[in-house]
Amino acid sequence: MTAQPIEQAAVPAPAHAGAPVLQLTGAAVRVGGRTLWSGVDLTIGAGEFTAVLGPNGVGKSTLLKTLLGAAPTAAGEIRAPGRTEIGYLPQRRTFDAGVRIRGIDVVRLGLDGHRWGLPVPFLNRARRRAERRRIDEAIESTGATGYAHRPIGECSGGEQQRLLLAQALVTRPRLLLLDEPLDSLDLPNQSAVAALLGRICREDGVAVVMVAHDVNPILHHLDRVVYLAEGRAVTGPPREVITSETLTRLYGAPVEVLRTTDGRLVVVGMPDECRSGGPCC
Amino acid sequence: MLLAETTPYAFTWNLVADVREMWSFPFMVNAFRAGAIVAVVAGAVGWFMVLRRQTFAGHTLSVVAFPGAALATLIGVSTAVGYLGACLLAAVVIAGLRESGRSGVAVESAATGTVQAFALACGFLFVTLYKGMLGGPQALLFGTFLGITTGQVALLTVVGAVVLTLLAAFGRPLLFASSDREVAAARGVPVRALGAGFLLLLGAATAEASQITGSLLVFALLVVPAATAQVLTARPVLGLALTVLLGLAACWLGLIAAFYQPYPLGFFVTTFAFAGYVLAQLTRAVRGAVGRVALPTGATS
Ligand SMILES: Nc1ncnc2c1ncn2[C@@H]1O[C@H](COP(=O)(O)OP(=O)(O)OP(=O)(O)O)[C@@H](O)[C@H]1O
Ligand SMILES: [Mg+2]
Repeated sequence: MTAQPIEQAAVPAPAHAGAPVLQLTGAAVRVGGRTLWSGVDLTIGAGEFTAVLGPNGVGKSTLLKTLLGAAPTAAGEIRAPGRTEIGYLPQRRTFDAGVRIRGIDVVRLGLDGHRWGLPVPFLNRARRRAERRRIDEAIESTGATGYAHRPIGECSGGEQQRLLLAQALVTRPRLLLLDEPLDSLDLPNQSAVAALLGRICREDGVAVVMVAHDVNPILHHLDRVVYLAEGRAVTGPPREVITSETLTRLYGAPVEVLRTTDGRLVVVGMPDECRSGGPCC
Repeated sequence: MLLAETTPYAFTWNLVADVREMWSFPFMVNAFRAGAIVAVVAGAVGWFMVLRRQTFAGHTLSVVAFPGAALATLIGVSTAVGYLGACLLAAVVIAGLRESGRSGVAVESAATGTVQAFALACGFLFVTLYKGMLGGPQALLFGTFLGITTGQVALLTVVGAVVLTLLAAFGRPLLFASSDREVAAARGVPVRALGAGFLLLLGAATAEASQITGSLLVFALLVVPAATAQVLTARPVLGLALTVLLGLAACWLGLIAAFYQPYPLGFFVTTFAFAGYVLAQLTRAVRGAVGRVALPTGATS
């Protein structure tokens, strides 16, 4: 029942391809006296894109929090990078209209918000300029430049989501933990952000773990799927996991996966909550 | 309690002469010094309070300041010590309530309201017990600039310096934790400890402001300048600077007005602060009508 300490891996940023960024062995999590899932094994290397799928309340967000070190494990072992090397985007976070902080300030806090003391003006000019450039780059990469200087409370949900994604990217983390980042984005922006994440993954060797309810926008970027259901997990390439046989075995009830002519996956006949979700998972 | 009844000085619009005249009274010099310190400290802390939406906690602290000062008067201690002791104690209690609370967000509970009512009642009792109190409880409730001693100014300075130093030291993580709690926690910012620490700073700032505005009008320096600044700008550094300047202006203008007019200081400080807020809202409305282009929160940087 003891929480496993998370190894504070002091590996410098460019991780060698061999060593996994993230490793989960026989992990289990209990929340409020109830075991959410157990026996989860997962190894993620640099530059790999992983999606976490499953119905509501199955413990996807809790999995991300566990990887982050914010929630303890009940069993098993976790090896994850230190907190400063992780970019985290929590689920459905909105700033209401009264929040008088600019988007760019929110992004900047992602870079230096944990530092104590005040930045001394006229000191460390080069570093400040570099930071400024990094912030602008992050904002530009998520296409949020147009409204980064507006109070974030006045931005729409999708605009806020992109600014928050920029915040998660601004530290150039080794591991990105994203909880439904495509939530509240329209379809063109879903594929744009998916493409951006795919590019960051491939080009910068960042490991991306992303919770999603619709796998289709990210399907052709994915290396691996973790499908959580019924307190267990199936892990593997999407073409192997999102099949009628695997999901039927996982749920213990008949589930059918249909493939449309344009390659989209549609899961039908799923038991419990998730039925309503349209092209869910 | 009104100075103008005993000193028939008239405002001449010759500002240099007026200021020289006011500052020929040591108690006025002390009042201006105390006002400056209080405005800066209350402004800076208040800006974070408004951002964190802890106005109710601030209100509770200010109400608790009254019985503290009344008790101090009763037992013959400086009111400054009374304000400070009561506010810091209340801050510790509220922080404790928060910790035991589920997610540590709002403490807007019936319990706090109950404590507020009891605190006011205690203050009333202490005031009644101390029959000889100059002008009754009014000065403690609505503020005065009379009788601020050099010793009190020194205490205000020390406490204010400590508050500002701490705020400078953990202002940035506090801003992070205030605007984005979950991500800040994920980055290793100790959000709970910061929340408790901030309540202590808020207690100290409330106690300082009570000295000038009385415990009931503390918001004139704690909330109004910050709210005004946040109407005008969404830039953190500019907003903080603006808050401090607005608070300072309201405080000093209030002191000048109260010196020359037979009306109480608390009224003037609050009125000037409120006028600033109304002006800011009007400015924003006009700007909004003209177009979004000119928002100071926009393009430049
Ligand atoms: N702090 C908590 N205390 C008690 N139960 C909790 C807590 N946090 C989460 N849970 C429970 O754990 C379960 C999993 O929650 P989690 O947020 O991980 O679900 P999820 O898979 O992300 O769901 P969704 O798709 O709705 O986001 C839920 O049943 C939830 O009620
Ligand atoms: Mg979730």
